[in-house]
Amino acid sequence: MALNEEVEALRAIPLFQRIEASKLRLLAFTSERVRFRPGDLVVEEGDIGDAAYIVLEGAAEVLVETPQGPLKVADLGRNDIIGEIAILIDVPRTATVRTTEAMTALRISKELFFRLVAEFPQMAVEIMRELAQRLDRTTNDLREARAQLAAG
Amino acid sequence: MRRFVEAREPVGMEKTIYGFVFRHSLAQQLFLLALTVASFPVLYVSLELPKQIINDAISGSGFPRSLLGLELGQIEYLMVLSFAFLGLVLMNGAFKFAINTGKGRLGERLLRRLRYDLYSRLLRFPLPVFKRTGQGEIIPMVTQEVEPLGGFMGDALAQPVYQLGILVTIGAFMLIQEPILGLAALALYPFQMYAIPKLQRRVTALAKQRVQHVRRLSDRIGESISTIEAVHADDGSNRLRADVAHRLGGIYDIRYEIFRRKFFIKFLNNFLAQLTPFFFYSIGGYLIIEGRLSFGAMVAVLAAYKDMSAPWKELLAYYQQQADARIKYDQVVQQFDPPGMIDEALQVEEAEALPRIGPESRLGFENAAYAEDEISQPVRSATLSLGLDEHVAVVGPSGGGKEELGLLAARLAVVTGGRAHLDGTALADLPQAVFGRQAAYVGPNASLFNATVRENLLFGLRHRPLRPAELGPEEAARREARAAEARRSGNSDADFGADWVDYEAAGAAPGREMARRMVEVLTAVGLDDDLYTLGLRGVLDPDAHPGLAGRVLEARAALRSRLDAPGAAAPIEPFDADAYNVNATLAENLLFGAPIGPAFEVGNLAGHPFVRGVLEEAGLLDRLEGIGLQVAKIMVELFADIDPGHELFQQFSFIDADDLPGFRAIAARADRLGLEGLEAAERERLLGLPFLLIPERHRLGLIDDDIRRDLLAARRLFRERLPEADRASVEFFDADRYAAQASLQDNILFGRIRHGEAHGAARVSALLGEVVDEVGIREAVMEAGLAFEVGIGGSRLTQTQRQKLAFARALLKRPALLVVNMATAGIERVARRMLFLAARTAMEGRGILWVLESPELAEDFPRTVVVEDGRTVEDGAYEALSEAGGPLARLLRQS
Repeated sequence: MALNEEVEALRAIPLFQRIEASKLRLLAFTSERVRFRPGDLVVEEGDIGDAAYIVLEGAAEVLVETPQGPLKVADLGRNDIIGEIAILIDVPRTATVRTTEAMTALRISKELFFRLVAEFPQMAVEIMRELAQRLDRTTNDLREARAQLAAG
Repeated sequence: MRRFVEAREPVGMEKTIYGFVFRHSLAQQLFLLALTVASFPVLYVSLELPKQIINDAISGSGFPRSLLGLELGQIEYLMVLSFAFLGLVLMNGAFKFAINTGKGRLGERLLRRLRYDLYSRLLRFPLPVFKRTGQGEIIPMVTQEVEPLGGFMGDALAQPVYQLGILVTIGAFMLIQEPILGLAALALYPFQMYAIPKLQRRVTALAKQRVQHVRRLSDRIGESISTIEAVHADDGSNRLRADVAHRLGGIYDIRYEIFRRKFFIKFLNNFLAQLTPFFFYSIGGYLIIEGRLSFGAMVAVLAAYKDMSAPWKELLAYYQQQADARIKYDQVVQQFDPPGMIDEALQVEEAEALPRIGPESRLGFENAAYAEDEISQPVRSATLSLGLDEHVAVVGPSGGGKEELGLLAARLAVVTGGRAHLDGTALADLPQAVFGRQAAYVGPNASLFNATVRENLLFGLRHRPLRPAELGPEEAARREARAAEARRSGNSDADFGADWVDYEAAGAAPGREMARRMVEVLTAVGLDDDLYTLGLRGVLDPDAHPGLAGRVLEARAALRSRLDAPGAAAPIEPFDADAYNVNATLAENLLFGAPIGPAFEVGNLAGHPFVRGVLEEAGLLDRLEGIGLQVAKIMVELFADIDPGHELFQQFSFIDADDLPGFRAIAARADRLGLEGLEAAERERLLGLPFLLIPERHRLGLIDDDIRRDLLAARRLFRERLPEADRASVEFFDADRYAAQASLQDNILFGRIRHGEAHGAARVSALLGEVVDEVGIREAVMEAGLAFEVGIGGSRLTQTQRQKLAFARALLKRPALLVVNMATAGIERVARRMLFLAARTAMEGRGILWVLESPELAEDFPRTVVVEDGRTVEDGAYEALSEAGGPLARLLRQS
């Protein structure tokens, strides 16, 4: 069942991994499955984002605009998530994502995501926990970086 | 001073209802009266004849008798008299019929005239009246309140005369029979005639109050509806409830008081009626005992008195009705006579020759003042001369009088002091047609009608019927009869069905050229894309646009070849008779067509015996029921915890929130008993679900290849076996035929937009645009957009679209003067610039007076007038004024 495949993909995303299976199914069912052609822009740097994408199939590259032109900073593949920050807060996209081959992704719109979070507060708690862990990691990274700088 | 139409003494409404009735129907009333009087002898004879039949023909003697020279035996004589009686009965009936229908018709004509007069006056109210008076008050007056007046007006003269006639006859009869008893019988009438009207008057006054209270109540209700948003947003409903309850209480008090008084009058009346027999028995009895009165005479007088009560009651009823009608009439007429009404001659009558307004004309204001009422005087002293080849911007602080100056310039308001004139003729003396046809006005809120874009555009060109409608002889006769009847009631006999469009003013010939001109104007104001989109969604009658259907099919083919091109990742999946369309519902795949009417609508398929038969034969019935069960289970699981009112439900669920518990029960039963254990009705409900499935959209993986293959077989069966009677209920998809039921877009696409295609919508509209242009039907599509219904007050358009449409209406008639009054306030910058450009280009060499929202917008205009505190304080070029350090410079600094 295609829906189950999407649920598996969602479960592989850290942001969603603690959320109940039935809620993930609802999220998958109410989200749209989008096909991109090779070379399509998925998100564009500077745009205001309104959705996150989870790659179900295919591949894409992440590009950052530099004075010397676009610079590739990462490759994306199956079960990677694109632009998850955009569904939490209104910030411009920090990079451009372009498909390198035909790609299928699950599009999770900000609006829908918030409606689900509003409906199921447990989801919000799980997401908060995940974000707190990320913050903790980032803070640790920062501390180490500072220490290295001071030492260096 | 020049006069363009002969001004008449301003005719007010007649002050009383009798004035109105007699002025408009005296001759007919007299005719009815004559008919009534003429019916008396017939009535009398028909009452007299039975006596003769009994006394003379049956128990008489001395036959044969001669009647009109004929010798008649007793039987023949009886027959002649009997047939004479029959004839009289018929004549009597005929009189009654003629009088009643005559009264009815008269009443209806007067009612029609009254309503028309009221409406016509409403159209002549000065604009400020509408700020004070609510719709809720005015509408019921014209519609319901005057309704009972019709019956009364028909009865106005004939009824009282008829009843009074009977009363007088009987009274005279009694007086002749026995003067003393007659006097006794009539003694109380003068008292009744004095007392009852007096009592009635109080009831009348109460009824008057009641009408006013009810009117205010209906205005309140109307207001609640128009402010419903605020009521919800501010939780104000309980306060409104209290208000309405209070008002209803007031009405209750008045009505109760009316009932008390009414029944007291009735009581008094009955008492007095019973008092008279008291006189008969006491005085009459005394006279009989004394031997001064014969017993027979008393019986005759008693019988006659009994006959008096019916007409007396009728007269009283008439009196009450009359009192009621008088109040209603008074109250309605008062409301429809506000001061400052536009002279009827200036609005209604068609002038011989209207003065032309041209580029050489000048619109002038000298110390013009305008007061809405005693308190507010928005314009105090405006002086301005505008050549009608100039484009002038008017700026100023809001509330400083600039808006009212715009109204004055468009002649929507009339100066109350100083002078406003066109080439020396006071604006107030010009017929409305002069500005109405040669000038245009765009105000802050577009006045749109609940009709198509086309109708709304043409409103500015329809002033009078110009070309009679083409009618067959029969229709023409019917139309003429209706017009004659309209004239009899003083209504307009102008043919609404005629062609009223002034094509000359628009500079386009009727038909296609006019349509093209409309598209052109809409394009100029920036509505072209909207019009194109609306047109694509529109349904077009192929018979009305010959050739278009063919071109649409060409576009369809062009689109198809693009989709079929190698390497094209098509955003559309075309309909194919031999393939399952995974972007369409299962129902569409089965029908391979669109349902016409309810028979094959998706909700009815599961219960349709023919559909069930086809599915059965294709071996699909059980399997689809099984899929239905799976869908039900998935939906029950997915939406179990979601509040039924939640948007998610409405947007995504296959199952209505109300039906979900039912399906939950069915799914539970099926778990225990299996599909076979379910009842037929339950299985039918399950079968309804898979018809909605779109594989690509729902991705439930339930419609597998086997199902698809078998469904294609079912599709063929459906088409082959479809009973003759059901052929009209489905329009099959046919690549070579235009589907009259479908929108233009669906006709071109001939397929479904693929779900989940990145940037799919944009690519589809780009593709559509390409093929539409390739076969050259963009303009035709836009013309189809002209048929779009804009909704009540234009509610189906955005605010910006509404204002653009108002501009288009103004420009379509190519006015000599365009007055724009704060019309671009809610419009974003780019669209506003476009409107400026469109209007100013179209009005090159003609006059514009543009009242602007903010001063810096005047930069583009060659001349700027500043209005402050009701006065024109600066007038000149923008550049110069903005540097002069005067009022404009100050305004610019503040903004």
